[in-house]
Amino acid sequence: MTELVSLRETEPVTAGARGAPCAMRAVGLNAYFGATQAVRDVALDVPANEVTAIIGPSGCGKSTLLRTFNRMHETVPTARITGQVFFHGQDIYGDDVNPITLRRYVGMVFQRPTPFPTMSIRDNVAAGLRVQSGDKLDRRQVDEIVERALREAALWDEVKDRLKASATGISGGQQQRLCIARALATAPHVLLLDEPTASLDPLSSQKVEELVYELRKTMTVVIVTHNMQQAARVSDRTVFMLSGQLVETAPTRVMFTAPTDPRTEAYITGRFG
Amino acid sequence: MKRPSPDATAIPRTSVASASSSDSSPPTATGASILSSAEPARHLPSIQGSVVADRIYRTAILFFALCVPVLLLLIFVEVGVAGWPALRQFGFSFLTSSTWDPVKGEFGAAPAIFGTLLTSIIALVIATPLALGGAIFLSEFSPRWLRQPVSFLIDLLAAVPSVVFGLWGVFVLVPLLRTGLMPFLRDTLHLGATPFFSGPAYGPSVLAAGLILAIMVLPYIAAVSREVLMAVPRSQREAALALGATRWEAITGAVLPYARTGIFGGIILGLGRARGETMAVTMVIGNRHELAASLFAPGYTMASLIANEFAEATTDIHLSALMAVGFVLFLITLIVNGIARLLVRRVGEVRA
Repeated sequence: MTELVSLRETEPVTAGARGAPCAMRAVGLNAYFGATQAVRDVALDVPANEVTAIIGPSGCGKSTLLRTFNRMHETVPTARITGQVFFHGQDIYGDDVNPITLRRYVGMVFQRPTPFPTMSIRDNVAAGLRVQSGDKLDRRQVDEIVERALREAALWDEVKDRLKASATGISGGQQQRLCIARALATAPHVLLLDEPTASLDPLSSQKVEELVYELRKTMTVVIVTHNMQQAARVSDRTVFMLSGQLVETAPTRVMFTAPTDPRTEAYITGRFG
Repeated sequence: MKRPSPDATAIPRTSVASASSSDSSPPTATGASILSSAEPARHLPSIQGSVVADRIYRTAILFFALCVPVLLLLIFVEVGVAGWPALRQFGFSFLTSSTWDPVKGEFGAAPAIFGTLLTSIIALVIATPLALGGAIFLSEFSPRWLRQPVSFLIDLLAAVPSVVFGLWGVFVLVPLLRTGLMPFLRDTLHLGATPFFSGPAYGPSVLAAGLILAIMVLPYIAAVSREVLMAVPRSQREAALALGATRWEAITGAVLPYARTGIFGGIILGLGRARGETMAVTMVIGNRHELAASLFAPGYTMASLIANEFAEATTDIHLSALMAVGFVLFLITLIVNGIARLLVRRVGEVRA
């Protein structure tokens, strides 16, 4: 018990040592689909340059919470939120915020690979660049960024000889890494990953996990996962959610060794969910 | 035979045991006798059964499936045979000559062929953007309460009989063209300087036919495009939005490319309707055998030519010439649809 307390107390120091203020912060956040409330009064700090994992049983609102961070939640008809979400101190639901601009800094990768089927591998990676910077970049610059993004996503060696081929001709795991490369190409500050390995085989999952582990050097990552081992492997902090509420937030080591809330312990030890 | 008692829970095991014990019985013994001798209290499900019904079903289905191509082939041959005398007599000039003189017995279908192609193109050029715009609105922007009624009205447009469109054309569209649109295009916009919008504004014209056809094919293209766009997965839109695309960029960059094969199919469907439409076109096109560059000039289409003259065709060669026109229309349909198929395949290739 003493160990737990001391670990918790050292945590803010660690964050401070990395010089990391909060990249994202949710305050009194509620999210709804019509009359159904998916997220209940969540307060959460996401430290910069760390990987934060959100775990919880299906339907606990973890994906919805993630989608409020780049305002994708509101693209669903009847969806709405109350409360506030801050991105580097700015309220992203403020009147003067354009969600399009926000999404250029807060990238997202979805559960299933979503390559654009009519585009080549190269054009898929460059898709975000095209909408964000218009045609200001010339071909060579785009090619450089595409290569960098594909290398970061550990996909370059596998696709470098067929950049002009259709993006649907590669495997599911490659497609998902392509989608990550597409999100990385525009150099977001925060990357939101919504169960990125849910539809992948173990080997592909491992590659994506290694990638996530590397990404913290350059950006803040929030990953939603229903795989607790994955959360333990890749994240610095873990958030446990249950029926829309945030039950516990702790450094990952603490969460998986000495959770404070009995519900967290029950979930982690596999008693439900 | 007795049904198995409900409390006989160990039946599977005993039956296996009894079956293996009866393995020693002579091979001449039938399965039924083994079972009955081993365990008279229950019966195994029979896997015997007649496959005759399945065979009859398959033959019937094959017959129905073959009916369509056979019917098509029969019509093709029939029309070809009937039109053969005219085709043989006039040869290639049947396609290039613009003389259509039943009195002299000279027939060339060039104006009708040209008119069919031109009116179809006008119809598609006008209808495609309108229909696609409507479909994009309905699938992407429309509030839910508006989508149902508007979709219903668009579908209803397809159900209006073509003679009603023709009447509307004669009494509303043609006068409107004569007094409004044609002078406006020719004089106000000075498009009269080009050969395409010159000449007197009679009203009944290739332009009128093209406009009527545009309205008639619009619901087909709109309905197909709407369905195709609605079938584009949400994930494609979200992927584009999450990259920082605006709603419009998500549509043009992700949704439309995803749906392009289907939209193209809708346009081809519209083209088929425009090419074959007879009644409404006959009522507004002016029915004149003349090759003219101006859209204001009256013209003819193959379908309206056949409809108009069939009843009054008295000589054999006149009748044969009309059949030959039908044959050419048939051929053009085959060629255009063949090209369209190739294009659809080419367009859809990247996706596969």
